[in-house]
Amino acid sequence: MSSFDHNPIVEMKDIVKHFGPVVALNGVSFDVRPGEVHCLLGDNGAGKSTFIKTMSGVHKPTSGEILFEGRPMQFDSPRDAMEAGIATVYQDLAMIPLMSVTRNFWMGREPVRRVGPFRFMDFRHANEVTMEEMRKMGINLRSPDQAVGTLSGGERQTVAIARAVYFGAKVLILDEPTSALGVRQTANVLSTIDKVRKAGIAVVFITHNVRHALAVGDRFTVLNRGKTLGTAQRGQISPEELQDMMAGGQELAELESSLGGTV
Amino acid sequence: MSQAGQGTAPLAQQDERVKQISPLRKALIRPELGAIVGTVAVFAFFLVFASGSGMFNAQGVLNWSTVSAQFMIIAVGACMLMIAGEFDLSVGSMIGFAGMSIAILSVTLGWPVWSAILVTFALCIALGALNGYIVVRTGLPSFIVTLAFLFILRGFTIFFPQMIERKTIIGGIDTAAEGDWLAPLFGGKIGEPVFLWLADQGLIDVYTRGTQAGRPIVDGIPMLIVWALGLMLFAHVVLTRTRFGNWIFASGGDAQAARYVGVPVSRVKILMFMFTAFCATVFATCQVMEFGSAGADRGLLKEFEAIIAVVIGGALLTGGYGSVIGAALGALIFGVVQQGLFFAGVESSLFRVFLGVILLSAVILNTYVRRIITGER
Ligand SMILES: Nc1ncnc2c1ncn2[C@@H]1O[C@H](COP(=O)(O)OP(=O)(O)OP(=O)(O)O)[C@@H](O)[C@H]1O
Ligand SMILES: [Mg+2]
Repeated sequence: MSSFDHNPIVEMKDIVKHFGPVVALNGVSFDVRPGEVHCLLGDNGAGKSTFIKTMSGVHKPTSGEILFEGRPMQFDSPRDAMEAGIATVYQDLAMIPLMSVTRNFWMGREPVRRVGPFRFMDFRHANEVTMEEMRKMGINLRSPDQAVGTLSGGERQTVAIARAVYFGAKVLILDEPTSALGVRQTANVLSTIDKVRKAGIAVVFITHNVRHALAVGDRFTVLNRGKTLGTAQRGQISPEELQDMMAGGQELAELESSLGGTV
Repeated sequence: MSQAGQGTAPLAQQDERVKQISPLRKALIRPELGAIVGTVAVFAFFLVFASGSGMFNAQGVLNWSTVSAQFMIIAVGACMLMIAGEFDLSVGSMIGFAGMSIAILSVTLGWPVWSAILVTFALCIALGALNGYIVVRTGLPSFIVTLAFLFILRGFTIFFPQMIERKTIIGGIDTAAEGDWLAPLFGGKIGEPVFLWLADQGLIDVYTRGTQAGRPIVDGIPMLIVWALGLMLFAHVVLTRTRFGNWIFASGGDAQAARYVGVPVSRVKILMFMFTAFCATVFATCQVMEFGSAGADRGLLKEFEAIIAVVIGGALLTGGYGSVIGAALGALIFGVVQQGLFFAGVESSLFRVFLGVILLSAVILNTYVRRIITGER
């Protein structure tokens, strides 16, 4: 679709990452374009989180090249990457449950209003924007001072995604946003991902779940033990093939199916 | 107030699973509820049992307000720090240390009192920063780090006066402070004209004998109380109304999540340790100016009293949640109970029993409220 008219916004070439003796990534290449959802699949320990952390400035790759908007990039911290427009939503670190939705939404970028020599947080503006952005994502908040802890898992993910989008993310990285969610909640998050893609943002969506990937993905890359097993376009691969690739080969897949169907 | 009933049809674009919350309930469900209820209960109790004892005349009010203000000053610091996710167990030792520092600098070394006060503030705030720096750099629990400082500072507080003056109490600060420009900021009083006028109107008793004859029994509001209210107001506004306040909540709520979005968590925590040290030093300075002396055992156990007041006030021990107003009310409860039992002529050991009961009930109520607000399970 239209996404293929664009050049990749992020291009990762031959990324290698060692943690001491551990080879977490052994030459992974990957790219993502504006308006596309690129799914990153793979088993536990395959290196998915490590890979996206090199993209979001948490880790420096041992070797390999990262191009952002066509230029080689050097991010020294997640903050740098965020400022450039790469936002990451981590599964468990996205939100602070004790704090209100507004406080979470604006955390680190609070709007201020000057009163004489003093600077106060502008809660009126903050609340309005929060309510509005959440409404755009299809969630009607009871009140912007509602604590995030009172939201469901899917709604929390949505706040994190809405926040990233509002603050001008060009690339949105989601690390297993659906892994702890039920069916309805997952559907909500997937539809949020779809909305984000339609807004022209590049989405990197990490998941274990082939069905979740197929529901929204435009392309699929499978990682196994620190290497890419290949990238497939939507429509060129069946769920079974994808599942087999993830499990790291036919034999394992057979073993899994003998244990009781799709995993 | 019964809009919460099931009978009411949900509004057009409203989620059918969200019940209307009555304004009364909304007003009640706040972090400070336990402390508010506790305060009302305590005042009701003493109005009934100690009303004839002079607890509520001008002098009585001054008495328990002063004690409450002392608790309040350190509770405000402890509250901000606890919300930022840390403890400071060295507050009590810091109080002793700061007082002794002022005494040694001004009395023993003969410095002007203002410079002794300023240097002590700088020293103690630096020690607070050191506490904080060690905590954020090592990642050790602040409980351990500040416990170490509890011993270290207390040790110095006993060692120095013994080495220099061969005693553990240094007096004469009141004479040293005469005519000093800074000392009245901690040891003085404000509002004297108002109190004189009140006495003229017969609203406050006057001394009938002695050198003070004709002066009102209460002739001003001690600066200690002004500091307590000022610090409370300042901390409350910073916490609830500013960007930095949001960072304090975030640092205590989940430091890693806060870091990921660019909150300078380490800076926030170190600043809160410094603020706690500042509050402890204010306490110490007021105390030294009031007594005219510094003692090596001053401030003993104050850290726990501060933490108890903060917890009565609705703060979560693990950080990320709490209220300065609540902590201040916790301190008020503390002061009123301690002095009230004295007025009521009750055995002072019962202070502890009463306090334990209040602590437990307030915390149970707070936990219940907090679960409603934050959706914790
Ligand atoms: N900071 C680190 N230090 C040492 N080893 C690490 C570090 N981070 C990751 N690893 C190792 O790198 C490998 C890849 O880990 P990674 O977290 O990227 O896997 P993953 O694909 O995200 O797995 P999961 O699906 O379970 O989240 C693992 O073997 C892990 O032990
Ligand atoms: Mg992972």
